[in-house]
Amino acid sequence: MSTQRQQPETESESAETEGETATDRRLDEKRRRAEQRERERVEAEQRAAADAERYHLKVFRYDPEVEGKQEPRFDDFHVPYEPGMTVLDALIYARDEFDASLTFRHSCRQAICGSDALFVNGRQRLGCQTQLSDLDQPVRIEPLPHQDVVKDLVVDMEHFYDQMEAVEPYFQTTDRPDGELEEQHQSRENREKIKTSTRCIWCGACMSSCNIAAGDNEYLGPAAINKAYRFAMDEREGESMKQRRLEIIEQEHGVWRCQTQFSCTEVCPKDIPLTEHIQELKREAVKSNLKFW
Amino acid sequence: MYEYDVIVVGAGGAGLRAAIAAQEAGADVAMVTKLHPVRSHTGAAEGGINAALREGDDWELHAYDTMKGADYLADAPAAEALTQESPAEVIQLEHWGMAFSRDDDGRVSQRPFGGLSFPRTTYAGAETGHHLLHTLYEQVVKRGIDVFDEWYVLNLAVSDEERPEDRTCHGVVAYETATGNVEAFTARDGVVLATGGLGQVYDHTTNAVANTGDGVAMAYRAGVPAEDMEMIQFHPTTLPSTGVLISEGVRGEGGILYNEEGERFMFEHGYAKNDGELASRDVVSRAELTEVNAGRGIEDEYVHLDMRHLGEERIVDRLENILHLAADFEGVDGLEEPMPVKPGQHYAMGGIETDEYGRTCVDGLYAVGECACASVHGSNRLGGNALPELIVFGKRAGVHAAGGDTDAPRISVGKTDDSEAGEVDAPVELGEPWRADAVADGGAAAETAEAVVERTLERERERIERLLERDEGTQHAEIRAAVQHTMTENVNVFREESALKQALVDIHAARERYRDVYVADPSSTYNTDLIQTIETRNLLDIAEMITMGALAREEFRGAHWRKEFQERRDDEWLKHTMVSWSDGSPELWYKPVVLEGENQTYEPKERSY
Repeated sequence: MSTQRQQPETESESAETEGETATDRRLDEKRRRAEQRERERVEAEQRAAADAERYHLKVFRYDPEVEGKQEPRFDDFHVPYEPGMTVLDALIYARDEFDASLTFRHSCRQAICGSDALFVNGRQRLGCQTQLSDLDQPVRIEPLPHQDVVKDLVVDMEHFYDQMEAVEPYFQTTDRPDGELEEQHQSRENREKIKTSTRCIWCGACMSSCNIAAGDNEYLGPAAINKAYRFAMDEREGESMKQRRLEIIEQEHGVWRCQTQFSCTEVCPKDIPLTEHIQELKREAVKSNLKFW
Repeated sequence: MYEYDVIVVGAGGAGLRAAIAAQEAGADVAMVTKLHPVRSHTGAAEGGINAALREGDDWELHAYDTMKGADYLADAPAAEALTQESPAEVIQLEHWGMAFSRDDDGRVSQRPFGGLSFPRTTYAGAETGHHLLHTLYEQVVKRGIDVFDEWYVLNLAVSDEERPEDRTCHGVVAYETATGNVEAFTARDGVVLATGGLGQVYDHTTNAVANTGDGVAMAYRAGVPAEDMEMIQFHPTTLPSTGVLISEGVRGEGGILYNEEGERFMFEHGYAKNDGELASRDVVSRAELTEVNAGRGIEDEYVHLDMRHLGEERIVDRLENILHLAADFEGVDGLEEPMPVKPGQHYAMGGIETDEYGRTCVDGLYAVGECACASVHGSNRLGGNALPELIVFGKRAGVHAAGGDTDAPRISVGKTDDSEAGEVDAPVELGEPWRADAVADGGAAAETAEAVVERTLERERERIERLLERDEGTQHAEIRAAVQHTMTENVNVFREESALKQALVDIHAARERYRDVYVADPSSTYNTDLIQTIETRNLLDIAEMITMGALAREEFRGAHWRKEFQERRDDEWLKHTMVSWSDGSPELWYKPVVLEGENQTYEPKERSY
């Protein structure tokens, strides 16, 4: 507490003569302490590394404005292992115990918010859904490839969201029932048909895994096409809407770009058969084109 | 500086519904939310939406179940609004394309849930919240409503008249996570708080990491009373290692609870002789812990929830998501073995005091969803009543914030002639008494809206600067862990005076440590250290309010069990516990429950299942 009080006094004295220097000195002081903390952290890390019950993580670090982090690097963390521990648990531990600036998105911890898709040991996975015990050490944790890194493990999701929104991702029908309490009917079979497609949590793992999306920035990508599938196949929207949906996904950067490599399907944490959905839309598009030919 | 008619804070189910309603009523709307909308914790809701849709059911039955489930601490006008409007709101979701589970005839499916007299829980597999959240967000995208996502609201811009009832909310100040910018959002007509739960005050919770009670804490410090904060729901079926929720839908479909001796204890030990596993959540949670405490728990920690007898086809059809959760987060195959479950913090029945239109006592400030307390749920929320609350009251508040007409409210807000003074026998000073001096500038001449917003913006910019400038002290993670530990230890399912007082001591100590808090990360780019530090400040207030209410309420009602007071005491306690911030020295008081409904008065009866 006392150091907190004294510091401003020194500042205000010097501020009268050289305003700039006071700030500089404070920043210097802050930097010096940051370095001290960094040394302590490294030492704590080294002590921790000696402990065999720990998992070794190598975590990607980058911050565009913090000295020492402007050049991407990997930091080592040694996290004490508990049965059932996930990659997300390990990251939280590393942040709370070793380095509060370690940055990653996370919220629900149960694979439904889609915040923590990461590149773990060379594959897109949700941190919360991945058991440490299933991974080889050191566990290499990186941000999703093919997306701009904002900081550490956080990537810019805007492009992903833009693609999702490009497919008119909302229910549209021309024959909604009149009555306020009158529901549209949907067969169990039809609900079953769209079931897996409605499970998308917008995590972006599929898009990140897709070679085509990496090479063609305008490609709608598996998640957005799956969203289109979800509506195109929903019998409640009706035939004319379906035509419109097919036109959207048939655009130059739509379904025809997909080369059925199945990488999206392999990484989807909700087991959505994305490639199949894309293929089915291709078939639907062909059928519908023949009809109008 | 941004300016809109209506600002909605938070983008879960309630916030999205409010934004849609306000926009449809003609308002220029913006949503300001610390997570992208689809990341909101509404998405984790599993079981369903109660709505009296079918022949043989009606809203009055649903209202009766709700009042009984609430143990008569809900306000009838709010419970009746919920049950009257839920059917149309559910069908509205259906019209917006929500992927409900379907019956053979193509209509939306409903199933039994705890405490319900009719199987009226409308569902979409065991992932109803996910579908509701995405369906509403789709409508927000369709309407082109502005969404400021990953903007963290730091505070409300509220004028500083002496009485909270005279104050006006003119907007919010928010922090852009990606850049560190602090900006003001002026609301010409209203601010709707829809910030969700506060489960992060506990360490075993079904809530997300983001559920830190920000809205309740901000409204509280702006002078709005918090209501019935002691009423915390502990869900009976959460996975022991992570707190992940296993839906009540499992019991709704016929899942059975067993203790270590293989007894179906809900029946065999007489906890709920009629309804068994489908008794109300508070009843089942206490039963499970009583079994564990009597040495009949498995590994002295949990009980078993068995659904194997339902058969693979039915499980996959209606509860598939549960199989994934049990496998991913507990390593258990629900088709082959029973699932371990124990009670975990799940829901806050209490929150920001509102009337049945979502209005608080501060003009222009609304609250809806879990952060609000109208009160629909009283001392215990029924399963399947949270999602309808989001859409019914989200719509109501959205319409009203945009200037739509409503009938005169029957629930009062703020202090009135009916308010009764209360007292808490606290072993330490509550709140932040050192703050009282700092608030001396209150009562000045009436400020313009612009000046209020400007002043709030400046204060918040200073706060951020102060937190970033410090470079030693205590880190938020330690303080947060201390709060979570004491709350879980002392303010849990079973409560007693000495433990509650211990919690107040611990919270006080945590507050003292927070005075010394610092943010280690110096960056203005995506500084989650800073955001969590501010969230932790909110958790301190929340934890204290919960504990104050729990200590004050000397009876056993709904989710609130007290060792010293083993009975519901209607003669004295048919009243809401209110806590006001009072410039840093929290004050406890009471307001009467409204049991008079439209056609009937809900006379308290013995509550058995």
